[in-house]
Amino acid sequence: MAIGTSTNGNELKIQVEGRFDFSAHQEFRDAYEKADAGVGAYVIDMANATYLDSSALGMLLLLRDHAGGDSANVKIVNCNPDVRKILTISNFEQLFAIE
Amino acid sequence: MDTSVSASAEAPLKILIADDNQTDRMILSAIVKKMGHAVVTAEDGLVAVEQFKAEQPDIILLDVMMPNMNGQDAAVQIKQLAGEDMVPIIFLTSLQDAQDLAACLDSGGDDFLTKPYNKVILQAKINAFSRMRRMNSTLTKQRDVIRANNEHLMHEQEVAKAVYDNVAHSGCLDSPNLKYMLSPFSVFNGDVLLAARKPSGSMHLLLGDFTGHGLPAAIGAMPLAEIFYGMTAKGFNMADIIREINMKLKNVLPVGIFCCACMVNLSFRKQEIEVWMGGLPDYYLYRSKTGQLENVASSHLPLGVLSSHAFDATTQKFKLDLGDKFYMWSDGIIEARSPQGDLYGEPRLQSVFKNNQDPEQLFDEIVHDVNHFVGESGKDDDTTLLEVTMIDEANLGKAAIDLTSGAVNGPTDWRMAYSLRGDTLKTFNPLPVMLNILHDVPTLRSKSGELYTLMAELFSNALEHGVLGLSSELKKGPDGFARYYGERSKAMAAMTEGSVEFVFDHRPTEKGGSLLIRVTDSGKGFDYQKNIDNQFKSEGYSGRGIPLIRSICESIEYKGDGNIVEVVIKWQTDIS
Repeated sequence: MAIGTSTNGNELKIQVEGRFDFSAHQEFRDAYEKADAGVGAYVIDMANATYLDSSALGMLLLLRDHAGGDSANVKIVNCNPDVRKILTISNFEQLFAIE
Repeated sequence: MDTSVSASAEAPLKILIADDNQTDRMILSAIVKKMGHAVVTAEDGLVAVEQFKAEQPDIILLDVMMPNMNGQDAAVQIKQLAGEDMVPIIFLTSLQDAQDLAACLDSGGDDFLTKPYNKVILQAKINAFSRMRRMNSTLTKQRDVIRANNEHLMHEQEVAKAVYDNVAHSGCLDSPNLKYMLSPFSVFNGDVLLAARKPSGSMHLLLGDFTGHGLPAAIGAMPLAEIFYGMTAKGFNMADIIREINMKLKNVLPVGIFCCACMVNLSFRKQEIEVWMGGLPDYYLYRSKTGQLENVASSHLPLGVLSSHAFDATTQKFKLDLGDKFYMWSDGIIEARSPQGDLYGEPRLQSVFKNNQDPEQLFDEIVHDVNHFVGESGKDDDTTLLEVTMIDEANLGKAAIDLTSGAVNGPTDWRMAYSLRGDTLKTFNPLPVMLNILHDVPTLRSKSGELYTLMAELFSNALEHGVLGLSSELKKGPDGFARYYGERSKAMAAMTEGSVEFVFDHRPTEKGGSLLIRVTDSGKGFDYQKNIDNQFKSEGYSGRGIPLIRSICESIEYKGDGNIVEVVIKWQTDIS
């Protein structure tokens, strides 16, 4: 489990690798809390994420809250079918832009 | 570190010196006393053990060869007496043989000192063991604190678990049409399984899976269960209950903690199942006659995520034949892992259904298959499974509602009178107070809207036409209403004495209850025989009140001079 970040303009990209579960809690939180104050858009890159559990969904909700709740601009990209399925079951496309 | 310096900084120790040679004993005592420590002496092993009991020294210097009891035997006894306390034993010996020295340590000694004594080495050893003793005592204390905390925590969790189990897994789960399995992952199970009969005879079911495990996951179950049971018993419909639960969870749970849930309303009379699902894997509807499986998918976000205004309580409805089954599970079933780390997955689950011969065995077959797959490796999530079968209501046993019992089902046999007089009649609205009392009868609560309309009409008729003597004729014509309310204000201001009395008389009937409401006003009354045939049926601006009352009540009857009206409402345990 590893979290990587990169910034492009005001967009913060967070890359998630391996199993996205509670063990990533602190790292994931640090990724957006320690980012520049100017960040206005978030992209979660799941290209290398193999799995996510319900606490990962909770972490995504925390990020969404941090990013402004209903007005948050959070995209989740490059999901593999397993990850995509979990997001779909949870109906998270109602809250996040999933590509 | 210079040991002589650190020695002076340390607290003096009590040191037991056991040696049968008086000269040696005195020399050693002198050296140790000079270092600033207190000395206790013994001349053989037996006395050494006695002195240890009496004086509880910090460090023991023990001669190996002594009469009565030798040093090694004394060491064994002292170590036993000391238990968990660290009492360093340094053997005093003139032995040189490596085997003999090793035997000293084997008997429980911590070190040895060879004769003749070297002061510097003796002091260094005493200091070293003193440090070790302190470290040991610190660790022991910390361990005891942790152990005590842990015991305390476990005890609290056990008590909390007992409460949790009563709350989270209760209701009518033992109904003959339900089969369920719950397997807790830690002391607490993040899964909630609730079942309750509605006053109408239908059944509400709720399976919830909170984010995470243990205490944080369990804590949200309390308000959830309370709302579920409370509102179900009062006859609220599923959409209202799920909405209320969502609002409560959204308010009490921190962001990131939520509850994937499925709520079901199982209507035996309509042979229908109504489902609300949020954030859960597909559930299966099993058609017993054809063996067909239908997927039921979550169309909502989990509970506790969306605020009330964004929450969607839309449900899906399915017709069920007798014997049809609905399967609900937490993701722990689909995500159960084999010892090799493979997921159980949906295809395996589906093949259990496919291979089934007898629908009555399905539940056991699923449990067996999952357990077999997981093997001895244990489960890494909460796994909850529920099978709901549509059966004839007659086979279900008596519905939870029992009209003769108290509390839960409310009062059924009672009478109440409530009078308003003078200024109170002018300013006070008695409707909420009276409705609140009527709401204690659960079925009347579900008729809340109608009751309100009825009481409002009865009250305004009694006050305006009765006490104030206004004629509804005034309302006729385009300006009628304005004129009427103008007159009403004047009459109200002028009124000094007047009264309206409500009498409620509620009695149980075979299938429900009967409520009589008698309203008596202090007015002159009216010729109700004449009016009943014409005015009350009018469709004009006025007279709407009475037809409205008629539509709600079983009967309406005027008495006395027309200043008394009696209405009767009969209700049955509702069918929904």
